[in-house]
Amino acid sequence: MSLRQSYRLRLQRRRLLIRAFRKRRQLRPVTNRTGKIRRGDILLFATMRNEAVRLPYFLKYYRDLGVSHFLLVDNDSTDRTLQFLSNQQDVSVWHTRAGYKKSRFGMDWMNHLLRVYGDGHWCLTVDPDELFVYPFCDTRPLSALTDWLDASAVRSFGTMLLDMYPKGKLNAHKYEAGDNPVDIAAWFDPGNYLLRRNDLMWNLWIQGGPRARVFFADQPDKAPALNKIPLVKWDRRYAYVSSTHNMLPRGLNLVYEQAGGEKASGVLLHTKFLNTFNKKAKEELTRKQHYSGSQEYLAYAHMVKENPDLWCSHSEKYINWRQLEILGLMSKGNWA
Amino acid sequence: MSTLGIVMLVHTAFRRAEQVARHWANAGCPVVIHVDKAVPSAAYDHFAGKLADLPGVTLGPRYRCEWGTWGIVAASQAASQLLLDQHPEVRHVYLTSGSCLPLRPVGELIEYLNARPDTDFIESATTADVPWTVGGLEAERFTLHFPFSWRKRRALFDNFVALQRRLRVRRKIPEGLVPHMGSQWWCLTRDTLSAILNDPKRSQYDTYFRRVWIPDESYFQTMARVHAKKVESRSLTLSKFDIQGKPHVFYDDHLQLLRRSDCFVARKIWPKADGLYRAFLTDPDRALKRTEPNPGKIDRIFTRAVDRRTRGRPGLYMASRYPNHGWEHGITAWPYSVFQGFDDLFENFGGWLNRTAGARVHGHLFARDRVHFAGDADTFNGAMTDNAKLRDANPKAFLTNVIWNTRGERQCILFSPRDRQAVLHDMVRDPNAQISVISGAWAVPLFKSNANFGDIRKRAALLQKIENEALQLLQAHHVQARVRIWSLAEFIEAPLEPLQAIIEEIAHLPDNRLREAPHMTDLAGFGPFLQRLKNEGMHPYLMGDFPAEARTASAGDRPRKPYLVKKS
Repeated sequence: MSLRQSYRLRLQRRRLLIRAFRKRRQLRPVTNRTGKIRRGDILLFATMRNEAVRLPYFLKYYRDLGVSHFLLVDNDSTDRTLQFLSNQQDVSVWHTRAGYKKSRFGMDWMNHLLRVYGDGHWCLTVDPDELFVYPFCDTRPLSALTDWLDASAVRSFGTMLLDMYPKGKLNAHKYEAGDNPVDIAAWFDPGNYLLRRNDLMWNLWIQGGPRARVFFADQPDKAPALNKIPLVKWDRRYAYVSSTHNMLPRGLNLVYEQAGGEKASGVLLHTKFLNTFNKKAKEELTRKQHYSGSQEYLAYAHMVKENPDLWCSHSEKYINWRQLEILGLMSKGNWA
Repeated sequence: MSTLGIVMLVHTAFRRAEQVARHWANAGCPVVIHVDKAVPSAAYDHFAGKLADLPGVTLGPRYRCEWGTWGIVAASQAASQLLLDQHPEVRHVYLTSGSCLPLRPVGELIEYLNARPDTDFIESATTADVPWTVGGLEAERFTLHFPFSWRKRRALFDNFVALQRRLRVRRKIPEGLVPHMGSQWWCLTRDTLSAILNDPKRSQYDTYFRRVWIPDESYFQTMARVHAKKVESRSLTLSKFDIQGKPHVFYDDHLQLLRRSDCFVARKIWPKADGLYRAFLTDPDRALKRTEPNPGKIDRIFTRAVDRRTRGRPGLYMASRYPNHGWEHGITAWPYSVFQGFDDLFENFGGWLNRTAGARVHGHLFARDRVHFAGDADTFNGAMTDNAKLRDANPKAFLTNVIWNTRGERQCILFSPRDRQAVLHDMVRDPNAQISVISGAWAVPLFKSNANFGDIRKRAALLQKIENEALQLLQAHHVQARVRIWSLAEFIEAPLEPLQAIIEEIAHLPDNRLREAPHMTDLAGFGPFLQRLKNEGMHPYLMGDFPAEARTASAGDRPRKPYLVKKS
């Protein structure tokens, strides 16, 4: 049984890689500066659409952590995204008009770029509204973490996606380019997360937070997954399966300890819920390019009309990673 | 020249090694550096060129140093020999690595050693006495053969060990040696070191240690026991190991910790920890400004780290802690109490419990309609909501979240066969759970209700079935919760005793006695009610024996006997 299972997963991984390889033609290089990548550099991979307003802070945040090169796919933006990215010296950008949904929500493109450029590097795969927080991120650069993971013979680093939201209506504060989105979306749910294990892929399946609380209270099974594995010492044989929720080979999904201890882990601050959200939700509804038939966005659209305030009296205001570690949303593991 | 000589083993981070070598040399200490043979010659030449301006620094003969093998010992031997030959003034030799960092001024170290001219600082203990090692190879590292690389040929290494165990291979330890182990970073006197290097039987010993596992942790440690005049069994180098057996790394944010560690040298320093190198190498005057030493703190931090990695925080389930069934070290984070049947028997039981025990008292957290949090709130700590569907999607996670979010404060939960039962499976396994049940008490609200008797009968049958299953679960052999069960009849005979026992576990009672008793609901006519159920063919048995008529009739006439303890 388990032999058959692992063979099936092997085939699935192969299929994903072939699929990614076939989708390479959809990517047109706009500026390819990958020649600048040096051995040991930490790389960041992302797909985006109309994110010009978020990009200045996004790039600054990850540059400060020590990301050396950004490999980005622009999915036919209609704002200044592409132009802005082409002018950045540490960014390589590809353009595509192909469907986001048909490329498995960008993962085919990501898998292809990861396979070509990520091999042997520590690679962060995130969305433009996700900010990576790890233990000691205020005093130690990302390379301290990856050096330590290397020394510990660890290949992948797990996180939970933490939905951040403002207090009050989403459109009450205007987000301007260069602002730290966490200054506006400063609140989060500290302790209402539900965990389960995926017995086939071995990853944890985490749900909860404000989206489960407000948008999916009556259909909790449909609430979005919050488990993510964004940081991986990439190998050309690896492939992400469903977003960065899980990957193959499945051993990479074991970012959690099963015998009672804690492994080191981080958090992705998810700053989706800004005043920009309303417009995005409407656009995605017409494009129908999002997850599970845009069900998530349908739920949002419904709520957006009803003037959502995700904040509740037990929301917690974000301070720093130590706060998240004390709350049990991330862990230092044995990194001290 | 100084009486202290430094041997430095380097295989990476050459810029840092050069910086540290320069620091030693500037303080007048001769340095012999060994560079791993695996280092490409271009890098080696560059490194050698950088050091050319320092007359006190010499590069020794190169050996291949793979972790856990003889090469490191051979390199230390050759470099020490060179140092002793070239610098007759040296009285102590300190073995360091490229990622070691001197924390205190070199002058202080020299002074310290000059005051102890005959002391060898080398951590050295017999294998029988210390459980340091990782991987289970303790005494065996001296009695088996290890020809294969642990890093590169792990399977072969493991299989060969297994084979030797099966064949009962036992190498003979050379006569006169008692195997000792300890930190590989030592500081030995010239006398001891030359005695080891010039031992007439050295070739025999070397041959033996060549096939010992991790000889760099045992060669000098064992030999020093033969030759040293005065062994001080501790390392002057601060070095902490994690559960994988690799050294903890120090970063810039450890600066204050290292300042107060009171140690002469620390390892391992992250090569990019600019702040540490700047603080300890470039500014000797400031380094002299010593703060109050607090060496224990480093120990505590790293012990906690190991504890977090191996045991974690009980009751926490998160992205990097998801224990398998039975490996939780406690299912929840904090003790809590579950009361089944109490609120059926007593009026406003929750209010009484809150006054008496001072704990947070919830309603029926697992009620079918919604979650009844304390104070009937619609949200709770952790931003949990009263939505029953969210709760029922994962009742165990709901329970562990409630307890985790309020850790430090005892929660009391009302429970009943009318509630969702799934969570009981996890509660009974939980040593933090204190579960008290008055079986059959669910019949009291039915008895008080005005519903159609046919419906009551049906409802009673259902609740009895559910409670019976719950009781079986609570009485199973694997139960780890603190469970107490009384039948309703048994309980009302003497209600105060059990209540007192429960509350004593929850709260400290002044004078060890309850000041106030909860108000029991009037049970006049309950016996006939049960008899009527029986007559309808539904036998209620969980509540124990209630007389069908006689006593209850008279009990209805006069006030019930007070069961409150006399006021003192």
